[in-house]
Amino acid sequence: MSHQAEFKVWRGDSDGGDLKDYTVEVNDGEVLLDVIHRLQATQAPDLGVRWNCKAGKCGSCSAEVNGKPSLMCMTRMNTFDPNETVSVTPLRAFPVIRDLVTDVSFNYEKARQIPAFSPPEGVGPGEYRMQQVDVERSQEFRKCIECFLCQDVCHVVRDHDDNKQAFAGPRFLIRAAELDMHPLDSRTDRAVFARDEQGIGLCNITKCCTEVCPEHIKITDNAIIPMKERVVDKKYDPLVWLGSKIGIRHD
Amino acid sequence: METKNGVDTPGRAPIAQPHLRTDNWRKAPLWTFIGLTAFVVYATIRVFTQSAYFVEGANFHYLSPFASPCLSDSCGAAAEFGTWGTFPQLIPLAILTLPFILLFRLTCYYYRKAYYRAFWMSPAACAVPEPRAKYSGETRFPLIMQNAHRYFFFIVVGVSAINTFDAVKSFHGTEGFGLGLGNIIIVVNVILLWSYTLGCHSCRHITAGRINHFSKHPVRYWLYQKASKLNGKHMQLAWITLGTLVLTDAYIALISLHPNFDLRFIG
Amino acid sequence: MSTLEKHSYDVIVIGAGGAGLRAAIEAREQGLSVAILCKSLFGKAHTVMAEGGIAASMGNVNSKDCWQVHFADSLRGGKFLNNPRMVELHAKEAADRVWELETYGALFDRTKDGKISQRNFGGHEYPRLAHVGDRTGLELIRTFQQKIVSLQQDDFAEFGDHEARLKVFAEMTVTELVKDGDAIAGAFGYYRETGAFVLFEAPAVILATGGIGKSFKVTSNSWEYTGDGHALALRAGANLINMEFVQFHPTGMIWPPSVKGILVTESVRGDGGILTNSEGKRFMFDYVPDVFIDQYAKTEAEGDRWYEDQENNKRPPELLPRDEVARAINSEVKAGRGSPHGGVFLDVSTRLSPEVIKRKLPSMYTQFLELADVDITATPFEVGPTCHYVMGGVEVDADTEETCVPGLFACGEVSGGMHGANRLGGNSLSDLLVFGMRAGTGAAEYVRGLGDKRPAASEADLEAAGKAALAPFHADAQARTGTTAAPENPYTVHTDLQQVMSDLVGIIRRESELTEALDKLQVLRVRADDAAVEGHRQFNPGWHLALDLRNMLDVSECLAKSALERHESRGGHTREDYPTMDPNWRGVNLVCRLIPGTDTMELIHRPVPTIRPDLLALFDRHELEKYLTAPELAVLDSPQSPSSVEGEQA
Repeated sequence: MSHQAEFKVWRGDSDGGDLKDYTVEVNDGEVLLDVIHRLQATQAPDLGVRWNCKAGKCGSCSAEVNGKPSLMCMTRMNTFDPNETVSVTPLRAFPVIRDLVTDVSFNYEKARQIPAFSPPEGVGPGEYRMQQVDVERSQEFRKCIECFLCQDVCHVVRDHDDNKQAFAGPRFLIRAAELDMHPLDSRTDRAVFARDEQGIGLCNITKCCTEVCPEHIKITDNAIIPMKERVVDKKYDPLVWLGSKIGIRHD
Repeated sequence: METKNGVDTPGRAPIAQPHLRTDNWRKAPLWTFIGLTAFVVYATIRVFTQSAYFVEGANFHYLSPFASPCLSDSCGAAAEFGTWGTFPQLIPLAILTLPFILLFRLTCYYYRKAYYRAFWMSPAACAVPEPRAKYSGETRFPLIMQNAHRYFFFIVVGVSAINTFDAVKSFHGTEGFGLGLGNIIIVVNVILLWSYTLGCHSCRHITAGRINHFSKHPVRYWLYQKASKLNGKHMQLAWITLGTLVLTDAYIALISLHPNFDLRFIG
Repeated sequence: MSTLEKHSYDVIVIGAGGAGLRAAIEAREQGLSVAILCKSLFGKAHTVMAEGGIAASMGNVNSKDCWQVHFADSLRGGKFLNNPRMVELHAKEAADRVWELETYGALFDRTKDGKISQRNFGGHEYPRLAHVGDRTGLELIRTFQQKIVSLQQDDFAEFGDHEARLKVFAEMTVTELVKDGDAIAGAFGYYRETGAFVLFEAPAVILATGGIGKSFKVTSNSWEYTGDGHALALRAGANLINMEFVQFHPTGMIWPPSVKGILVTESVRGDGGILTNSEGKRFMFDYVPDVFIDQYAKTEAEGDRWYEDQENNKRPPELLPRDEVARAINSEVKAGRGSPHGGVFLDVSTRLSPEVIKRKLPSMYTQFLELADVDITATPFEVGPTCHYVMGGVEVDADTEETCVPGLFACGEVSGGMHGANRLGGNSLSDLLVFGMRAGTGAAEYVRGLGDKRPAASEADLEAAGKAALAPFHADAQARTGTTAAPENPYTVHTDLQQVMSDLVGIIRRESELTEALDKLQVLRVRADDAAVEGHRQFNPGWHLALDLRNMLDVSECLAKSALERHESRGGHTREDYPTMDPNWRGVNLVCRLIPGTDTMELIHRPVPTIRPDLLALFDRHELEKYLTAPELAVLDSPQSPSSVEGEQA
């Protein structure tokens, strides 16, 4: 079974461009990326698009589909009405390079700012012992495929380019949480770093990052809010502060 | 937007439309707006009018959660924790607890999401531009006070204990024990209030969320898992408890005006 | 080319998958300056698709495991065609390489006593695969990515520049290696984003470009797998060995069409999944070959018991090496006992509860639910063979990973020899770690050995490389060869190439088809030269594909030539006209290379390196009889000369 469907695909670069109309064949069981590939092979050989695994595992084919940040390989065509015109645009929180390809270097810069895993003193390779329940929280965040949809949808930077300096974005707040919850990471300043350097206070927990995450990581509930609570421990909680002074509370 | 700061920032794909969402993205914030507004209006009227908040019979003793603990001389048999003189109109009878319940809910991580989206439109829906050019999140006063959520949590645990006391008391009227529909509504409300309170993100943090070695603290980890389970339903409980609070209060108001309407099972 | 952008490094690593990143980390930690060039964004390499785990005999789950058992399993899996020195190094060093990952921040699944958990996998005698659910490859890439960030932070602290000694050039395609005489002088390529050319001057180049799957129609591989490293090495004068051995993973998704080929991890079977045909029969019991008859269960009851008690029972035949399972599925489908869309059924729902499936195989669960609308916790699903891995690759020295071209190194899937005729699941990720590190060391030693003498690229070579890369834009203007009237569409040529390779050089091969394939490849080569692209150089996928086509054609020709030459069936090479394994071919590596100074490929026979007697002693005499020739066995039996079991030329 196949039908012809209407698409509006954004073509252009940072100097200008527009939504171009295409009519492309759609077959049963296909995803949007199949259609984009068919478009490339038959009508627009120079259409710029990133993709790799086509199985939702590499996070390359991020775009905005009908205005929603999505992975094209995980967008099944049967979720649309056959008569619907589907719009496909590049991510709109990052500079565009060409067509559906954007410059995501912002994310690599933010990744570089987080202090790396700090191995425990005196524990050699092969001597690491951790319980499954203790690694599971961090493992959830390590499922991240770095599609940067959360970074794209987050209004803190999407709607306010001037916040890019101060705000690391959801992807890197879960990286902070992952390291802070790592049973053997030896740094204790990660929550403070999240507040002072990553701008966790700018997040108003409106959860769009969680909504778009293709890996279904509970970014807000399991990473950002727990980190905000840890920030309270270190910075806003007089009880914890007092407790640490008289030595009854420790981590 | 006038300022080229959001999706119109130079360098980003120049697309004329501020967003291209085709689904009904206005629906969710609109319902949130209507729901929260309706509750606030109802609660304001009920709290400030000091009327029909309590009814006692031979086998029941129903006190509205909006008026507990009742601290005015005017409370009569509803006063269970002593009184502080006669409150004028417009002073809530439960002046001791209501502000904290309000602050607990106002700083709740779920309600924050709900009202930032529905009232501030920050953002109204994902990938829909927000109407303001400047944004500082929760980094400055007053929103930095959201960090005090855990203190309101501690206080509200105490309030929930008072609600529980009220629920127990509701079975005992002037002559003895009884069971009516009112008791069931009150008890269900209290159970749901506890579920909402103990499923709060701060509670989850306090039980064991703040530690990195669950395996070394099995009891705390067990509590954490329970809190996490409730936390997974935090949004639903946030809404359901608004509903059960209204239902409980409205039912008690009804019975206080028409004591015979209470559906009695025992006594 | 006076305006050409130039960068100088000690070591260039081409490819940012597991092998490339491990090599880069090693070279950088030894104090060298390193550039990593990759076709995709950093962190998107095909390694992220690896699901099952990393094979290493740590013995965390079964303490009987040791490197010798891992060695024997790998050699058996590779049908004794492996380079034994590589297998030995791999088995000995894999555990250290895994433990090292924990110090970089990796978080593996744990055993009850807090060690790294290990799971069962096809061909491995003991639970051996360190894993993170079914996303082990992603963990590996992320861990390396973060280790690289950590090294860059160190450099920032020391030099004030994150990229002082280690820089990633993402979305960069290398089109040619440049040489100074015999020795490597650097790599020439272009930024995919802008199309601008760039030269990387370096005395050492490490190829870590992965495989060739994109030459086939149904494959689990991503678009990057166009055999770039194989072709670059070939054109630079290095040898490719064992190119006839291609692994078809037995279980790829086959429905809906858009997901055809996407991998279904072997862990599904390792954790209890069973294979059935359309008659509901567990057919694998009919396909246990003689060489494995002692290691596998003979009844379903015994196979089922094995999941509970592995000490006293033998494993079910669903866990045979991949080549056996792929052939069995192929036979069932040919015999008319296939599933509706031409595969067989894999069922994990009968043995495991939905909760366990979701915990142990989370990404499989979501992959089927979201891409195919199938709930694997409730129903069986269809699977079929998919092109997964090439055992063949660049011939390297086992210890240093250096090729016969001075300064050129190769590691990971692009290198050959380690896996022989067939790779065991889980041995790929450990291969990346072990030989990635060794290639980094090898390159570092080579560069140090050069002192101040640095090879330099000639202007003429750079001119030629630039011209070749731009040829697709000028295909219209070039004199047409006469075979085609209009310029070719590179996408169409690619599709036709995949069709030829899948139909004629696929799982089951025969002489007539291989000959036909070689003829067709010649025609495709001409058509590829005619492939024209429109638009400009800025992020133009048509152009990128036109350049990749050349590499795919080089590799495909090697593959078909070698497949035609090897008159036997072994591992990932099955000939219908020579259906059995022939001990006389056991000792032969087929080497594919360009005749120096020409564009013509030639095949030569080379003996497989000798297996040391102490390593041969790990096998029963009874088992060796299945693989070795009579003279080889006689040498083994003679007390005077126990040290030479040479491969023979056929």
